[in-house]
Amino acid sequence: MTRKRARLRRIAIGGAAWAVALWVFFPILWMVLTGFKTEPDAISTPPHLIFHPTLSSYREVFARETYWHFALNSVAISVLASIAAILLSIPAAYAMAFLPGRRTRGTLLWMLSTRMLPPVGVLVPIYLLARGMGLLDSRTGLVVIYTLTNLPIMVWMLYTFFREVPIPILEAGRMDGATRWQEITQVLLPLALPGIASTGLLSMILCWNEAFWSLNLTSSAAAPLPTFIASFSSPEGLFFAKLSAASTLAVAPILVFGWLSQKQLVRGLTFGAVK
Amino acid sequence: MATVELRDIRKTYSDEEIIKGVSLTIHDREFVVFVGPSGCGKSTLLRMIAGLEEITAGELLIDGVRANEKGPAERGLAMVFQSYALYPHMNVYRNMEFSLRLAGMPEAERRQRIADVARILQLEPYLDHKPGQLSGGQRQRVAIGRAIVRNPKVFLFDEPLSNLDAALRGQMRVELATLHRRLGATTIYVTHDQVEAMTMADRIVVLRRGVVEQIGTPLDLYHRPRNLFVAQFMGSPAMNVLPAHIVSVTDRTATVTTGPLTVTVPVHAGSLQPGAAVTLGVRPEHIGLDMAGAPQGLVEISERLGAATLLHVRLSDGRQIVVQTGGDNMNAPDSAVGVTPDPAHCHLFDADGVALDHLAAHPLQVGS
Repeated sequence: MTRKRARLRRIAIGGAAWAVALWVFFPILWMVLTGFKTEPDAISTPPHLIFHPTLSSYREVFARETYWHFALNSVAISVLASIAAILLSIPAAYAMAFLPGRRTRGTLLWMLSTRMLPPVGVLVPIYLLARGMGLLDSRTGLVVIYTLTNLPIMVWMLYTFFREVPIPILEAGRMDGATRWQEITQVLLPLALPGIASTGLLSMILCWNEAFWSLNLTSSAAAPLPTFIASFSSPEGLFFAKLSAASTLAVAPILVFGWLSQKQLVRGLTFGAVK
Repeated sequence: MATVELRDIRKTYSDEEIIKGVSLTIHDREFVVFVGPSGCGKSTLLRMIAGLEEITAGELLIDGVRANEKGPAERGLAMVFQSYALYPHMNVYRNMEFSLRLAGMPEAERRQRIADVARILQLEPYLDHKPGQLSGGQRQRVAIGRAIVRNPKVFLFDEPLSNLDAALRGQMRVELATLHRRLGATTIYVTHDQVEAMTMADRIVVLRRGVVEQIGTPLDLYHRPRNLFVAQFMGSPAMNVLPAHIVSVTDRTATVTTGPLTVTVPVHAGSLQPGAAVTLGVRPEHIGLDMAGAPQGLVEISERLGAATLLHVRLSDGRQIVVQTGGDNMNAPDSAVGVTPDPAHCHLFDADGVALDHLAAHPLQVGS
């Protein structure tokens, strides 16, 4: 009796999980499917669930726009901004996790609160700053912006991961004669590597998907993939099939990247360090 | 040659004094144990010696040189942590090599040292293993090995056995004592376990709430506790303490009564007069059973340990005491017994819990 109920319960929970997953995934699935439709199929109501797949939209996307130029910008900007943010957030998170002061907690909360600020609120000053510094439509400009906007959340994440490293291990390093630098590079970082990797991955995803700043601060030379997608909503009207094909091409790399690195990230932090 | 001297060491955390002026000299090759209940400041004191906690006031001298401002590594000490704190990403060899590598020791010498230590600690088969692949006892040995390779002036141990099960703990206790004899290094060892303190220490420092209650050899503390706290903390099973009052005094004895018991204890009563309230302390192993005389209590529980039997006796005034008798004592629960504390081994404490001067010479002639 209880066994049967436990089984039913498992099935119900499993079903609910599937429903939520499909709900979340549906727009992406719809986008991918639409990319393989003809334009008339794409806008027909009711939507055609069974259709003749075609690659024509993809052909047109590649014919009209330089996908690789935008993709390369996306890769370069995301990677550089993530590396810069990691390098800046490691010392910050170290200080907050292991040398907390009276204001550490407040500083952490304040940093997080900056994420809640609507970006459009600072659009004008940042635009003017970027223009003044000659950073409009430049990769450097976006790298700087992305590094700074992601810094709070990365410091938070690394802070959380660092806090899981048992302090006696760091103290053992100190007893063994490690300088602060050696303590961080030879003891802390190897232990926190899975955490640093997942923080870096999150930063990559955030940078990759960022649209607001890239649309407002770049046009062509430094523009990443979100700008590429936006270029398909033209004054002549929306071409849903082509828009979907372009969007699919834009999200595909980061999807594959996330999928491949998933296993790496789900790893225990410390194994056998302390009982 | 390594001595450690503490001069009025104090530690304050946000206005609260944790260590309230500890002065102590630890001699070369001595094995000193800091013992006390949790929160007594023993670990904090050790960490201050290690250099992991700042010293708020007072002076720490290692080999006669002030070390307050020196970093942990400069003090020439090695520490074994309660959690072992091995580097989980390094194998056993690398764990032991880490400090030597940081110190810039040539590789050949490093290898030789680690080989020597691994042989002493029987770690040779595990040098390639990561800490996660080792058992608790093996990790413990790696932690000790990591301390030994550095050839430190002083070893610091912070409750190193508390994570091990009872059998392994007993075994490691012997191993540590053997190791200390072999290396002859000055050792400071922190534990809350009075059995560890009694069995391993040359001298024990009993701490309570940041204050040293007593310093002495294990038998010193056992036979001549300076106050009620030390008396009850040292020894297992714990000392029986009974509220009593003085009936009469001479210049070499004080006679007290408590419930059905009257004992004449060879102490110097000082200014205490008949009628004064005192506390009578007597260890379970210093109470005899008197089956011939009038019964003074009932056995409630008898704990048979094999080598000894612990009788929990309810005295006629309702107080309970523990009497340790031979392993084959057949007194069953509810049997009526008479109890006879050995006066030479009784202790009297005044109203403040301070022991009255004992006048009986102990067989070992201990005393400080």
